[in-house]
Amino acid sequence: MALLEVRSVSKRFGGVQALKQVTFSVERGQIVGLIGPNGAGKTSFFNCVTGLVPIDEGQILFDDGSETLNGLPAHRVLEKGVARTFQNLRIFRNMTVLENVAVGFHARTRSGLWDAFARTPFFREEEKHIRQKSLEFLKFIGLEGLDGEVAGNLSYGSQKRVEIARALASDPKLLLLDEPVAGMNPSEKEELSSLVRRIRERGVAVLLIEHDMRVVMPLSEKVVVMDEGMMIAEGPPQKIKNDARVVRAYLGEA
Amino acid sequence: MSPDLQLFFQQLLNGLTIGMVYALIALGYTMVYGVLQLINFAHGEVFMVGGYLALTAVALTVSMGLGLPAWVLVLFVFLFAMAGASLLGAGIERLAYRPLRGSPRLTALISAIGMSFVLQNAVMLLYGTKEQVMPDILPHWQADLAGVTVSLVQVLIFVSSVLLMVLLELFVKKTRTGKAMRATAENPEAASLMGISVHGVIRSTFVLGSALAAMGGTLFAMNYGSVNFHDGYLAGIKAFTAAVFGGIGSIPGAMLGGILLGVFEGFCAGYISSEWKDVFAFGLLVTLLLFRPSGILGENVPEKV
Amino acid sequence: MRLSYSRQVPLFLLPFALIPLVDQNTYHLDVLTSVGIYVLLAMGLNVAVGLTGLLNLGYAAFFGIGAYAYALANLHWGWPFWMGLPLAGLVSMLFGFLIGMPSIRVRGDYLAITTLGFGEITRIAFNNLDAWTGGPNGLLGIARPVFFGYKFSVNPTPYFYLVLVLIALTAFLLFRLCDSKIGRALVAIREDELAASCMGVPALHVKLVAFGISSFIAGIAGAVFASKQTIVTPDSFDFVLSVLLLAMVVLGGMGNIWGAALGALALGVLPELLRGFATYRMLIFGGLMILMMIFRPQGLLGKKEAASGTS
Repeated sequence: MALLEVRSVSKRFGGVQALKQVTFSVERGQIVGLIGPNGAGKTSFFNCVTGLVPIDEGQILFDDGSETLNGLPAHRVLEKGVARTFQNLRIFRNMTVLENVAVGFHARTRSGLWDAFARTPFFREEEKHIRQKSLEFLKFIGLEGLDGEVAGNLSYGSQKRVEIARALASDPKLLLLDEPVAGMNPSEKEELSSLVRRIRERGVAVLLIEHDMRVVMPLSEKVVVMDEGMMIAEGPPQKIKNDARVVRAYLGEA
Repeated sequence: MSPDLQLFFQQLLNGLTIGMVYALIALGYTMVYGVLQLINFAHGEVFMVGGYLALTAVALTVSMGLGLPAWVLVLFVFLFAMAGASLLGAGIERLAYRPLRGSPRLTALISAIGMSFVLQNAVMLLYGTKEQVMPDILPHWQADLAGVTVSLVQVLIFVSSVLLMVLLELFVKKTRTGKAMRATAENPEAASLMGISVHGVIRSTFVLGSALAAMGGTLFAMNYGSVNFHDGYLAGIKAFTAAVFGGIGSIPGAMLGGILLGVFEGFCAGYISSEWKDVFAFGLLVTLLLFRPSGILGENVPEKV
Repeated sequence: MRLSYSRQVPLFLLPFALIPLVDQNTYHLDVLTSVGIYVLLAMGLNVAVGLTGLLNLGYAAFFGIGAYAYALANLHWGWPFWMGLPLAGLVSMLFGFLIGMPSIRVRGDYLAITTLGFGEITRIAFNNLDAWTGGPNGLLGIARPVFFGYKFSVNPTPYFYLVLVLIALTAFLLFRLCDSKIGRALVAIREDELAASCMGVPALHVKLVAFGISSFIAGIAGAVFASKQTIVTPDSFDFVLSVLLLAMVVLGGMGNIWGAALGALALGVLPELLRGFATYRMLIFGGLMILMMIFRPQGLLGKKEAASGTS
């Protein structure tokens, strides 16, 4: 079984069927690209996987089927090992970069109110650990030295990376990236692609929504194509590129 | 009719009366929330100011020594109060809300609360802290329907409220401004792309809502014979409850909610205790917000994509 | 912050400790003690409103619950002040949880009105449950604190020091709260609840914690208030007070501990300085709230909201 297994997931919003029987899987350590025209349901899919939106039908299984994600609230999905970034960038603008990343550790640390008030040794240890690891993540994504900056004041590209570092801090098995290179210039896109590869090298599987084919195709081992809520194709990038259905979906009935 | 039945119908009538007033105020809350997603905390004060404006209108005619027939005077009072309140409503919007158009909702709410206090205090400074008597301008007339007393004021309240609500429905459904209001409430971006002036629509919403609230304030003052600068707070909260009860953003909802709340409150006061009747309204408010914020007829606010 | 909080707290509060040595005017000290209670309340409200973004418009009710809790424990069970103090905090906190649990699922502006509703219901209950609360006349004859044999009396000076110590302790603990995992969680919820929950922060749980801490502090303040007044009446805990406290937090800077204290100091002392303007009080507070929201929503000590949108 796979790391993430999606079985016949359907979701309706009012009059719109956003997802229709979507089925596919992501293996451990795999980079999978999720593509499709606007409105295909890609972000809705992410919202369903991460527990923000309940599904109507189907199952979302994780970790070789040992966990069922559908029905769990967002913070529990994170605990199971699925982290994400957002299409419209949702970092904590008024917190520092370091604090942003530190929030990612919330589910992985244990200290409570009493520890905070009494400054127990356990608390001090955990805070030291969080700080150290956060700085490491910042170095990993290339934002070394910016830890004290207020996140809202950073450049767009840097903010996107803070969001990724924050997600990585939660020690996920699967990272969902929603249009990670949107708004970036070619060299930034190249940097981000290599970052995704380095993330995979750490053993984290990546599922990314992306419109830029020049980024998605070289990066992904497998590509899943959605259109109008349905999965219309799945396979290696080369095969997808030439798939008639995919071309039709993007270009319409020409 | 048996005395029990008489009591029932009397309470029902009294409840309907106050319910009409709540409905008039609730309309303002629901329209503004529909367009701005803002709880116009100062709206209750507009209701209160309406009563004071009515008082002032009467005082003016008296000081000018005009001997007007009752119905002319009443009409003048209504128009005076509505006009004054419309100006006030537009002013409130311009001063306390427009500058905060892009800000988080809570910021605007805090500003609204501030505005409510400013208005209460301003009225208190202008008119004094004591209750002011609303002079009787209507002839004393009562009907006795099988033991149930109906006063002229109550008839007036019914007639004018229903008339205004019908007019509002027509306005919103048939006129250009009304349609613009509905369009803006549903989708502000699309509306502005279609050439609708969102500023103008918002101002119109406030103006209309304030006029109705002032009408409510006038009728309320005429019914109870007095005005007090503290009236707005309680009536405002209850009218907001009514708006949520009926379904926030929905005009028929506000009307329904107001009437129902008035009736329920009347029964509660009549059969349980008048001390706890306010708790009934607050209890309903809290229960609604916690368990059924969409109300009876369902919410009517734009989808947050 | 260049100075650590463990230095800031004594630094900013020690000067106040010297005041009674310099100024023996009991009226001044009395006012300052009342302001001190406002400071405690503002700091408590700040945890919910400022740090977490939960607009509580019924905060005065928790203040009242604490006051009545101590009063009742004292009058019926003979509990002395030092036992009544934590009790008041706990009872308030319990009500905070009771009210918070259903409320925090509700969106921001509705939450505000819900708390307003609860606040009013509480006040009406204080007023009408005569058998327990003494009705509109309230409860009288509440005992003053006794500190190692020293009996507090009408003299405000010992109360002044009591309040000052409580402020120091509260500020100290709140600083520790802010600089911790829970503190970050609170702010994250305020900044973006959705993103925070996707990052593993259990939103409902965290909001409840904020509510609980906030109401606990109000309860403590309530007990001190009751022991100083020796009387509690329902009209001390009305909506106007809730709004006043909100204005203090807003003025000082939401989320900023010293900001809340400063706001309380400013708005608490102002009416005394502007005696002649008593009738304009609400006008000034209301106007201040509007102006602050328009021109300086971050308050006096708050940091400016980071510029939104960089592309």
